[in-house]
Amino acid sequence: MSRNFRTQIVRIGAVLLALSLLFFAAGCKKKTPPPPPPPPPVQEKVPPPPAAAINSFTAEPSTIEKGQVATLRWSVSNATDMNIDQGIGAVQSEGTRQVSPSSTTTYTLSVHGPGGSDSKTVTVEVTTPPPPPPPPPAAPQETSEQIINRDVKDVYFDYDKSDIRGDSQSVLQGDADVLKKVFGNDPNISVRIEGNCDERGSAEYNVALGDRRAQAAKDYLVQLGVPADKLQTVSYGKEKPVCTEASEDCYQRNRHDHFAPVSK
Amino acid sequence: MKKSIFLLTILIGLIHGQQMQIDVSKNAGKAAIAVPDLRGSGEAAGLMSTFNATLFSELQNSGIFRMVSKTFMPLRIPQQPSDLRRPSEPGAQGGGYYLSDWSGPPTNATYLTFGYTAAQNGQLALYGWLYNAQQDLSSAQVFGHVYSGTLDEAGARKVAQEFAADILKQFGGVSLMGTKIYYVSDRSGHKEIWSMDYDGANQKQFTHYGSISTFPCVSPDGTKLAFTSYVNGLPEIYVYSLVSGHKLPYYNQHASMNAASDFTGDNNHLLIYSTAAGGYSQIFETGVDGGGLQRLTFANSISVEPKLNPKTGASIVFVSDRGGLPQIYTMSVDGVNVTRLTNGEGEAVNPSWSPDGQHIAFAWTKGFAPGNYNVFVMDVVSRETTQLTHEQGRNENPSWAPDGAHIVFSRREGRGLQIWTMLADGSEQRQLTTAGNNEKPVWSRGSY
Repeated sequence: MSRNFRTQIVRIGAVLLALSLLFFAAGCKKKTPPPPPPPPPVQEKVPPPPAAAINSFTAEPSTIEKGQVATLRWSVSNATDMNIDQGIGAVQSEGTRQVSPSSTTTYTLSVHGPGGSDSKTVTVEVTTPPPPPPPPPAAPQETSEQIINRDVKDVYFDYDKSDIRGDSQSVLQGDADVLKKVFGNDPNISVRIEGNCDERGSAEYNVALGDRRAQAAKDYLVQLGVPADKLQTVSYGKEKPVCTEASEDCYQRNRHDHFAPVSK
Repeated sequence: MKKSIFLLTILIGLIHGQQMQIDVSKNAGKAAIAVPDLRGSGEAAGLMSTFNATLFSELQNSGIFRMVSKTFMPLRIPQQPSDLRRPSEPGAQGGGYYLSDWSGPPTNATYLTFGYTAAQNGQLALYGWLYNAQQDLSSAQVFGHVYSGTLDEAGARKVAQEFAADILKQFGGVSLMGTKIYYVSDRSGHKEIWSMDYDGANQKQFTHYGSISTFPCVSPDGTKLAFTSYVNGLPEIYVYSLVSGHKLPYYNQHASMNAASDFTGDNNHLLIYSTAAGGYSQIFETGVDGGGLQRLTFANSISVEPKLNPKTGASIVFVSDRGGLPQIYTMSVDGVNVTRLTNGEGEAVNPSWSPDGQHIAFAWTKGFAPGNYNVFVMDVVSRETTQLTHEQGRNENPSWAPDGAHIVFSRREGRGLQIWTMLADGSEQRQLTTAGNNEKPVWSRGSY
């Protein structure tokens, strides 16, 4: 605009100069005036073509976990040539593209058109999921001793008796099942059957009675298939009571066989 | 030390009709003896309370005498034979210097002890006499003797025991001086074998196994101790020399249990009970080294606690449940002629022979619930029984003293288990132990 204005001024100046020259010449000699210069060529005013423009270029979501997918979405105007880098290449002016980058990646959309170029970037942030926690510590391998201590149950006896009571038969069946399994898995373990008595009989007699009680349980277990060479017996008589009250309850608790693991 | 004892006076009077057998069932008929306090001169004076207490208790605990109360004694006490006078002698005074002062009322003593002590050459000397107060003075002296000991409490105790032993000897009594009681105590934290003097003095730990060691028995000559211990896991027999204190070799049978019970009269064999034959505990005899195993019982039932008759060596008493609950049986030494001694009532256990082989003491629940034992004595010929303990806790493991007059046993009262002695008639009960729990006493002739 300012340039046009200046051109006008130059143009007016030039006309005035020409007129003054004419006057001066006429004053001296009357000559034929030269034809006016051709008018400057009319510059036809053509509107310039519009520039290529990226209306939008987004990634949704903009943050993904590795392995997930984000959608690039774009809209471009006035472009003839549209490219997204990162190996995507030429695209249409409107479009979506699913991407699953393995790490944070910035995508650049470059567009060109007769009216210019444009570019925009969008970044897909890839978060690495936290590493899985370490596997829980391997449950400590239960020892044969622990299994025997927990699962092999004592058996109880009547006063001055060493025969296996009815209620002890199912206990010994369970004990036999546990022992057969343990002995099958662990060649280094065996069991000491400890016969005990309540405090009422004489200590001397009770050593012999406790021996019978231990032997009775051993015989029963062997019948149920427990290997005899894995079963030792010992009688503590009344020397190792589990309680010392003078009550029938305590007497009964002391009239028992206990099964103690013995490892090689 | 004993060599320094010299004889002052030898028995002069004849002791007619003074030999007596101890009646285990009665208190009546005992000779009354006056045992006034003796006095000591010089340094010996300070030891006289120990001396007098020891002498009195030795004689009292023998069970042979009726002890005359000191409050009934005359005021003047003779210190030597020359103090004694006849009333007919000129210038004589009674008040204790006439024998009739002692034999007459209110003293009513048959026998009188008197004497004195003195420090002599750095030793304690006891001049002691026993008189029969019912005799004429000329024949009244039973004996007189001088005794020597160290000039301290131990010496005072020793001379009193020796004087008492000589007095007892006059009545067929045997002094227990020098005898030892082996027993089980848990006061160290484990059941170990201990020993003590017959009166509870000098309690000493013998084993230090830190296991369960129990069931002691001692050879008749007092030189060997056997017991049963779990040192190696199973109950096994251990034999020790009491002379050297060292362990002797003993071969245990390969069995779930081996338990020592008694020595034989030759001190070279043991009666044991063992599962060496498989099955039930049976009675065996072995050498003192465990060799030469001989099986004595064959019943399909438990047999334990064999004890050999110490007099005849021909019969064994033992405990078996072959008839139901445990009872006491007898058999000949080769295992035949098995006969039940107790009547089948309750539970009868822990037999112990009297030295004369005519009685057994044992523990019996007769009349009481299981576990409530009392000590009984049985005449093995007549089978008559006498109950010695009554309503005083749980009484077990009687063991006869070498004098045939005393029995040591264990008594549980509440949670406390202690060792007591008594006369074989149940009288004169004395507690010997207090520390920890103490049980399974056996009375040995001692001297080692």
